[in-house]
Amino acid sequence: MSWHVVAKVGEIEPGTSKVVTVRGRELGVFNVKGDYYALANKCPHEGASLCKGRIIGLAESDEPGHYRLTRQGELLRCPWHGWEFDIRTGQSWCDPVRTKVKAYHVKVETGEEVEKLGDKSKGPYIAETFSVSVKDNYILVDV
Amino acid sequence: MDTVTQQRVKARAGIFGHPAIDCDVHPAVPSVKTLMPYFDEYWREQFIARGIDRLNFVMTSQPPNAPITSRPDWRLPAGAKPGSDPAILGKHVLDAFGSSYAICNTIHGSLALHSDDMAAVFARAINDWLAKEWLDRDPRLRASIVIPLENPEFAVEEIERRAGDKRFVSVLMLVMGEQPLGRRTHWPIYKAAEKYGLPIVVHAGSTYRHAPTSIGWPSYFLEDYVNQSGAFESQLLSLVAEGVFSKFPGIKFVFAESGFCWLPAFMWRANKTWRGVRMEVPWVKQYPAEIIRAHVRFTIQPIDAPPEPGDLERIVEQIGSDDVLMFSTDYPHWQFDGTDALPKALTGSLARKVLWDNALATYSRLEVNA
Repeated sequence: MSWHVVAKVGEIEPGTSKVVTVRGRELGVFNVKGDYYALANKCPHEGASLCKGRIIGLAESDEPGHYRLTRQGELLRCPWHGWEFDIRTGQSWCDPVRTKVKAYHVKVETGEEVEKLGDKSKGPYIAETFSVSVKDNYILVDV
Repeated sequence: MDTVTQQRVKARAGIFGHPAIDCDVHPAVPSVKTLMPYFDEYWREQFIARGIDRLNFVMTSQPPNAPITSRPDWRLPAGAKPGSDPAILGKHVLDAFGSSYAICNTIHGSLALHSDDMAAVFARAINDWLAKEWLDRDPRLRASIVIPLENPEFAVEEIERRAGDKRFVSVLMLVMGEQPLGRRTHWPIYKAAEKYGLPIVVHAGSTYRHAPTSIGWPSYFLEDYVNQSGAFESQLLSLVAEGVFSKFPGIKFVFAESGFCWLPAFMWRANKTWRGVRMEVPWVKQYPAEIIRAHVRFTIQPIDAPPEPGDLERIVEQIGSDDVLMFSTDYPHWQFDGTDALPKALTGSLARKVLWDNALATYSRLEVNA
């Protein structure tokens, strides 16, 4: 595993995602209310591109006829069969133990830190196609 | 179980080597005349004046002379309605199969009446008649409460009226009535049933408010009968989707004469679709199959006769539970297999559960006074 710079902070608006390819793997990087999460862009069910699904909330109910939408923007709905996944963990709502999307660690670092690519105590950081500027902050994914 | 009960159970081990509870037998009301002593003066006069006392009140799907209505060796002398004699029923099913108990489900034409008042009067009379002419005569008999199906308020009144008599162990409804069974209209019935520990028996049959198939009116009895399982599927889905089991977690449903070989495929289909659209019914918090296994039971006769014994074993495996099947003969209807009312594939501990344990767990009032 190694950290990869995948986007500049500000590039992914809250409630949206960006598809990136890191070490041959397609990932979705999500901004949920200012926090970043990364999931494999592949539904564990039949392989649909998850990032093409809608970002939704959680429909809950205490009894028949009572509806409540909670955790707005924290779930992702697969575009093929409608399965709901928790963007924070990759877990399927209906089957959290057996059905999971691979989730990757994400962090935000300053441009200054990212520039110290060769410093093994901090990295290694790999900025594939990025020109890193010390003035900006970056989103990194551990792949 | 105390020693006396154990001895009795042993004595009644019957033809299967284990005592049985027959969850579906059909007493027949011989005629409306039979019920006359159970109506009050107003209704007696009305029924005479209107000639209703001379009507047969037989459900159209079970004409008394149709071969399928009675096994030929179970027909009664002199054209009496099959299943209309308690002593003969006792001999034909309880003695013959060694069943310790049998649950009477009275399918009567008055279930289809449009008049709420008249339907309630009939239900009350039939239940009084059942208690006096059947339950009083044979201590092995139990019964489902007949209710007016289209007026839940009257239905609850009838349930309340019988609740003190523990020989009434369940409530009877038909698989095809006015509205899907999950609809909130019916919830007062379920609330009362849950309160008194009465499972709801949903039996094959239609009041013919709608065509008995979802594609329109069929031409043949073959279609009418085979299509009943389609109605059971629709009702199962209605009960799950409308949230009956979320609202009444203590309730059990018994599907009688529904068949069950269709159940695995139905469960797969319901599970798959629920995963995709469950936000529409957020009170359904488990896979439909899990809910069905927890709350719904199925009587075994008439069985859909898979060709090999192994097929049936696989179906039970696919249903994923030993708890859901319950023994029945469907007396006096003819569809089943002589004395082989228990399919050969059901053996060992599964047979015991089907013959006995599952019914006891479902009909919670069953042994209270036994």
